[in-house]
Amino acid sequence: MDFMSQVVQQLINGVSLGSIYALIALGYTMVYGIIKLINFAHGDIYMVGAYIGFFAVANAGLGIFPALIISMVLTGLLGCLVERVAYKPLRHAPRISLLITAIGVSFFLEYASMLFVSPTPRTFPEIFDSSVAYHIGEFIVNGQQLLIFAITFVLTVLLTYIVQKTKIGKAMRAVSFDTETAQLMGIDANRVISATFGIGSALAAAGGVLVGVYYNSIDPLMGIMPGLKAFVAAVLGGIGSLPGAVVGGLILGVIEAFVSGFLSSTFRDAAAFAILILVLLFRPSGIFGRDAQEKV
Amino acid sequence: MADMLEIKDIHVYYGAIHAIKGVSLSVRQGEIVTLIGSNGAGKSTTLRTISGLLKPKEGDILFEGESIAGRPAQDIVKAGISQVPEGRRIFANMTVMENLELGAFSRSDADGIEADMHMVFKRFPRLLERKEQAAGTLSGGEQQMLAMGRALMSHPRLLLLDEPSMGLAPLLIREIFSIIEDINRAGTTVLLVEQNANMALSIAHRAYVLETGRIALSGDAKELAASEEVRKAYLGG
Ligand SMILES: Nc1ncnc2c1ncn2[C@@H]1O[C@H](COP(=O)(O)OP(=O)(O)OP(=O)(O)O)[C@@H](O)[C@H]1O
Ligand SMILES: [Mg+2]
Repeated sequence: MDFMSQVVQQLINGVSLGSIYALIALGYTMVYGIIKLINFAHGDIYMVGAYIGFFAVANAGLGIFPALIISMVLTGLLGCLVERVAYKPLRHAPRISLLITAIGVSFFLEYASMLFVSPTPRTFPEIFDSSVAYHIGEFIVNGQQLLIFAITFVLTVLLTYIVQKTKIGKAMRAVSFDTETAQLMGIDANRVISATFGIGSALAAAGGVLVGVYYNSIDPLMGIMPGLKAFVAAVLGGIGSLPGAVVGGLILGVIEAFVSGFLSSTFRDAAAFAILILVLLFRPSGIFGRDAQEKV
Repeated sequence: MADMLEIKDIHVYYGAIHAIKGVSLSVRQGEIVTLIGSNGAGKSTTLRTISGLLKPKEGDILFEGESIAGRPAQDIVKAGISQVPEGRRIFANMTVMENLELGAFSRSDADGIEADMHMVFKRFPRLLERKEQAAGTLSGGEQQMLAMGRALMSHPRLLLLDEPSMGLAPLLIREIFSIIEDINRAGTTVLLVEQNANMALSIAHRAYVLETGRIALSGDAKELAASEEVRKAYLGG
């Protein structure tokens, strides 16, 4: 393969990985937009989503699509529950209390999972025959990657539709712009916040299931690194911005793929955090961010 | 006439700050009542308490005979009270149309919403011309009109207005006040908070004067406008 085709191949790999980051980053950015919380437990929500998908496929013998839907629904409910139990009582507390609670929830989910599903990594059943790959010209796209592109695309379109066109979506935008005034419109802010956690968690669950399919292996601590990376993606895109989360996720995925493909995979994680530092130094509001937003 | 809104000796706090210290007032069906007072007197706090954004620690608020004190804000909109908040607080990143739709959030009667949308556009033709425009790009006066139109979209029986004249040129203030009178004539009861006491007293039936969390004076708007005390303190002599 010549240099150009290697570039394209890494691009394909990068967009696959980046799609997963995007799905997780959307939840980060939605929750931040609405209650100004960096939900550090979000990566662990994604891990729970992966496990629910795993049990649906491996134990219940379901196909990938039913498994995906079940995981999204249950994880969405878990997101609402976490919000209700851990964050809602702190609605008027200082922001730092909320942040510390999020870290607590993160540990809770990680170690509760170890207790219930054991710390041993599980192997996701093979859904695609990994030898099946599609050759587009000289490039190779495998079934998992196509699945990731398709699901991410559909979910992003669906989310955009919900946020832009539906009543709950408009309420979400109103609450995130100005909670009090939204309440004066007759919007139940608590319900909207709960819905935001639900939707964000469902998207993370989709990411978790797709990662299980892509990399085959899942474990209770699998959410830590992608959670941080998705946070970087959300900041890169402009925290609070939905298109920003998707674009940030894709850019981050592609950069990581190039770094591992052309330099060494050892630098892959370093690249993500170097980006975080650069963004915070030179453009803290991110690509799509409104300027001078307050930061945690 | 029966009292539509009756506030009975409410006390409201911000943490340890005692902002409203026993305010009682009433608004009758069909009236324009104004609540005037200087900076920090507690006018906005009173409206925010009626709307359910703040809970009174003591006292009660009755709307059409039913207690609404401490009920969540969305219930109060449903009950028939809407507010144009101080500083307009429009959703700047959304279109004019979306702002109006949000005003009707608590309703599900599509025909009624449609009819009110027509009414709002008739009252504020400039909003119709700009309905697809981002609300943040409107001028100050247009934003005030949008905030009022948005509040009307819930089809309130009682409309609360917090300083609608704020930051507007005199000519525009006159326009806004004549629209408030129109809205009232069309059947909506109005509780109007103002620092521009002259203008407020000129359109109101009755008035209350708030001073550091307490009602200092109240009565007929024309009489108050003529009284020595009010002239000195609020009407610049
Ligand atoms: N969020 C808050 N936290 C603490 N104190 C507040 C808060 N909002 C208002 N106050 C205090 O409560 C008192 C009443 O304020 P309020 O905003 O109701 O006054 P106002 O009459 O509306 O004044 P203005 O004409 O300037 O709008 C003031 O002393 C103010 O400092
Ligand atoms: Mg005020």
